[in-house]
Amino acid sequence: MIDRVASGFHPFVLPFLFGMIFVLGYCLYGIVKILLQLSHEDRRRFLLSLINPVTAWKNIKDIFLNCLLHVKLWKRNPVLGYMHSSIAFGWFMLIVLGHIEVMLFVPHRMRQVWYPIFFNYFVAEGPGPATVQGALLFTLMDFFLLVVLSGIALAMIKRVRSRIFGMRRTTRPSFLDRVGLYSLWAIFPLRLLAEGFTAHISGGGFLITPLNWVFRQFLGDQLHMLPTWWAYSIALCIFMCVLPFTRYMHIPAEMMLIPMRNAGLKIKHARRGFTRAMVWSCPNCGVCIDACPMSVKKINLKDTTVYLNRNIRRGNEERIEQISDKCLLCGKCREVCQIGLDGPSIRIAQRAMRSYGLNQDYTSFRPAPAPAGHKLLYFAGCMTQLTPRISKAVGSVLDKAGLDWEIMDKDGGLCCGRPLMTAGRFVQAKQLIRQNSELIRASGCDTLLLSCPICYKIFKERYKLEGVRVVHTAEFFEELIQTGALHVEKGDIRYVFHDPCELGRGSGIYEQPRRILGRAGYLVESEPNRAESICCGGSLGSLTLGFAQREDMTRNALKHLTEGGPDAIATACPLCLATFSRYADRAVQDIAEILDRVSSKG
Amino acid sequence: MEFGFKLSPSSAVNLDQVDLSLYERLAAIEPDLRICMACGSCSATCTAAPFTGMSVRKVILDLQRGKEKEAAKMLSGCMLCGKCTMVCPRGINTRHLILSLCRIYGTKAKEEGK
Repeated sequence: MIDRVASGFHPFVLPFLFGMIFVLGYCLYGIVKILLQLSHEDRRRFLLSLINPVTAWKNIKDIFLNCLLHVKLWKRNPVLGYMHSSIAFGWFMLIVLGHIEVMLFVPHRMRQVWYPIFFNYFVAEGPGPATVQGALLFTLMDFFLLVVLSGIALAMIKRVRSRIFGMRRTTRPSFLDRVGLYSLWAIFPLRLLAEGFTAHISGGGFLITPLNWVFRQFLGDQLHMLPTWWAYSIALCIFMCVLPFTRYMHIPAEMMLIPMRNAGLKIKHARRGFTRAMVWSCPNCGVCIDACPMSVKKINLKDTTVYLNRNIRRGNEERIEQISDKCLLCGKCREVCQIGLDGPSIRIAQRAMRSYGLNQDYTSFRPAPAPAGHKLLYFAGCMTQLTPRISKAVGSVLDKAGLDWEIMDKDGGLCCGRPLMTAGRFVQAKQLIRQNSELIRASGCDTLLLSCPICYKIFKERYKLEGVRVVHTAEFFEELIQTGALHVEKGDIRYVFHDPCELGRGSGIYEQPRRILGRAGYLVESEPNRAESICCGGSLGSLTLGFAQREDMTRNALKHLTEGGPDAIATACPLCLATFSRYADRAVQDIAEILDRVSSKG
Repeated sequence: MEFGFKLSPSSAVNLDQVDLSLYERLAAIEPDLRICMACGSCSATCTAAPFTGMSVRKVILDLQRGKEKEAAKMLSGCMLCGKCTMVCPRGINTRHLILSLCRIYGTKAKEEGK
């Protein structure tokens, strides 16, 4: 390989250079902006994590696996995984190999940043015999170009028919998104053409050498060489110039998001800092649209997380408010999101930004003290008060197991604070947490039993009850069966289990309730379940969804649950129970009720 | 002199003179306010009722009679648990109604301050 152009420069590299400087400048601006928006403590934590060898290694590994190879997407949908990793990893390899070529053959050109990108234009095959490295590099370059082109071809097919790839709905790209998309599609075919027209001078691998031969059969001259190199450079320039304003911002932003998440940062503001990195990282793939329980109605499609991100980027305050208030906070979008974008937390942060003229104050409340002298305290909570069949069943099971227990809020107590948390009213929630904590500590119990996952989640995460074990009935009853404290007689009823959002996705409890049902009868599964279970539609997370608007969501969840033809629907949440009971065509029962029916003294 | 009874001030409300601006303002954002039939299911289930006598039914009634202060006192104990929404036979989103009302108190106070 020898230099063909003495100066190593041609004006066609200028568009590329302009685009590169612009996009790098914008990324630098983005990094500084995000860092400045972080709180002092968070910034310190983030910067320290960068120099910590453990997190630094994790960062590199996560960036390589997620940004380049898209491992998570592969697991979910192999075709989409191939499409993304072929473009991302293929392009990355083209850039890396381009640099290796320059380093090996024309090391004095290392300072000319455009050289690796337009290598084939600037070099010619040397007079000597072909070397092994040269042949290998050419082959690899052509291989990865082919890989990228196959990914682009899949992307084009997906744009026309997304259903082939298992996606029912996808986002509508904005105008600039389309500009970015088409320029991205153009880059690699143009590179193929440009290298193809040049291969008889520069040499090439298995792809561009035959292409060059074909071209030269029809077009004997070299007039097409320069226009294609210009076009390639201009396509790169357009892509890089629109990148910061399109969904392609996720390419650089995710590399920022991963270290921030690994540093343990949390969402504290609905626009700034960590949230900004998240919003920029959203690739607008639209997986959350199919996942969202609200999407069962077309009118709600634009209230999904991907549109929340788009509106935050556009600064459309009115829509941000609407979208934030409507969400059920079931957390499914977070579960399926490829970049782990935390839509529910952004919404809660948005709700917390609101100011109210009337602020609740519970400090004057004097709740009845919790009964003392019992090891086990059962907190029914507001929702179980509305479904007394659950609290009765829980009491009956506890009696059968011969436990020394008492109910904490027999005549009504305070709320656990979780509904206030989801409404973004943290100060008020903390007041309740403090009061409840005092009551529980004063009672001297060592176990706090909860039948409501909404309470369970906040008791587990926010309450500081040293020496008190916080446990949900699903966990506790399963232990009672295991230890032989309860004798269970297997019935012949077929149950399907609905994973409540706060118990499954929220607290990671999936197996225990299933094991109880497996002992009580026969368990049938119905997809989607576990981490992807569909919200019952009754969630307190949504502030604005009305009674009538929730009906379709509940019916949709029921339709999926009953696909396997179960005799009864089992759940472990009083709110899910009440919601499903309204529309279900068969019995809806809490695991406590089921266990109470089939168990006797151990 | 103690007679064992006393005169209590009149609690009559003259509906021609009361200030209904808060009620009307709330009804503009929460039109469902007008379909409340005052059944009292919300009052029966309220978690805050034992502490402040909170009742969404009474809050609405008070607003209809221009008794803003009484309504505010009850609202100050709401824990947003959402039970009232769950039991409402008219399907009124009482939880959002309360949040909206808490916001309006702020804007109204601001306007009056000006």
